[in-house]
Amino acid sequence: MSTDLIPLAFLMFLVTYPSRALGLLTPWLDRLPRVGFDYLQLVGPAILAALAAVSVMVVVSDDGQPAFHIGIEWVAVLACLAVTAWRKNLLLGLIVAVAIVVVARNLGFAALPA
Amino acid sequence: MTVPAGFPTSAEALGASRRRVLVDAMGIAVSAIGFGFVYGLSAREAGFSPIEVLAMSVLVFGGASQFAAVGYVASGLAWPGIVLLTALLNARHLLYSAALAPWLSRVPFARRAVMAHLLTDEAFALSIGHFRRLGFTDEWGYWIGAIVSTFIPWTLATLAGVILGGQIPDPARLGIDVIFPAAMIGLSVGLLTGRREIVAAIVGAGVGVAVALVTSPAIGIIVGGLVGPAAGLLVPARLASETAPLGTPASADRFMMPGAHVRPPPEAPPPDARPADPPIDGVEDRDRTRP
Repeated sequence: MSTDLIPLAFLMFLVTYPSRALGLLTPWLDRLPRVGFDYLQLVGPAILAALAAVSVMVVVSDDGQPAFHIGIEWVAVLACLAVTAWRKNLLLGLIVAVAIVVVARNLGFAALPA
Repeated sequence: MTVPAGFPTSAEALGASRRRVLVDAMGIAVSAIGFGFVYGLSAREAGFSPIEVLAMSVLVFGGASQFAAVGYVASGLAWPGIVLLTALLNARHLLYSAALAPWLSRVPFARRAVMAHLLTDEAFALSIGHFRRLGFTDEWGYWIGAIVSTFIPWTLATLAGVILGGQIPDPARLGIDVIFPAAMIGLSVGLLTGRREIVAAIVGAGVGVAVALVTSPAIGIIVGGLVGPAAGLLVPARLASETAPLGTPASADRFMMPGAHVRPPPEAPPPDARPADPPIDGVEDRDRTRP
């Protein structure tokens, strides 16, 4: 069983714990410039959106070249976005997304990923 | 339990609030189980072993950053990049931590250090709602919110997902590969609390894809994640229409794991109550992103 990623998990802990602990354990946090707080507020949406977009729009060919991809995954991800925003329930959004892909692939409307 | 002067204690109120925390925690736990299982499946697809998934869940204990790490690893991003993005993605906890600090200031240092590791969106939402209802600090509410509602169900469910995922014969035909991008975009919904966030997300996605196409997916994700927030800051504060600044119960309410929605208590704290969310630079929470 691979344990190669355990040091990575530990490094991720090392950079996560301070953000959780600084406010509770130290008194200086209030001195962080407001623009810093504003930037932090925006980091989450930007990274998550970038991850989602790159995951469904960019594929890497066997020779290592990235290429633009259009597929049923777009529909699934957009459906997840809509359902999650509408029902405030991510699990339901994920179920809808997976269902769309399963139906499309099994009925032959969409290709299986390479 | 810490009871500031001026707050009458009431066994009935304490009991009622604790019961509400428990009920809310059960709802969150159910969601954490479902989402954790999906994370385990996704991690398995990316090549994580059960022990690696367990290490992530115990050490990192952050759903969004763990999910993101699956994508980073799958896309071949170097570890320094993964660590940098994890730090950025989890930096929002600074705001939760600062908001809880006044309530937990009398808790012994060692216990606060443990509390910090267990601080999540859910723990924040449950505990600060509990403290506000009571008007004083009840540690029991924090531990229930942190451990019972999230840590135990999340960790066990992620482990179950990565182990039982091996029983699925053809993951692509079952759409497992779409779970990761769908989860990312779904998680972002809870963060879109104003126009700045929307601009940051759109620019982050657009820049990420553009850079990924000319370099690599890993670099695209980093650049998108760094440029998007800067673009969002260009939206004038008066146009931001911010509805739930991070570090407030309103943000935690929107930010919960799937299906869990803990409303902040409707009743206002007594006039002489200490502030629930400490002002930053002398600016009230609701005005944090405004001039």
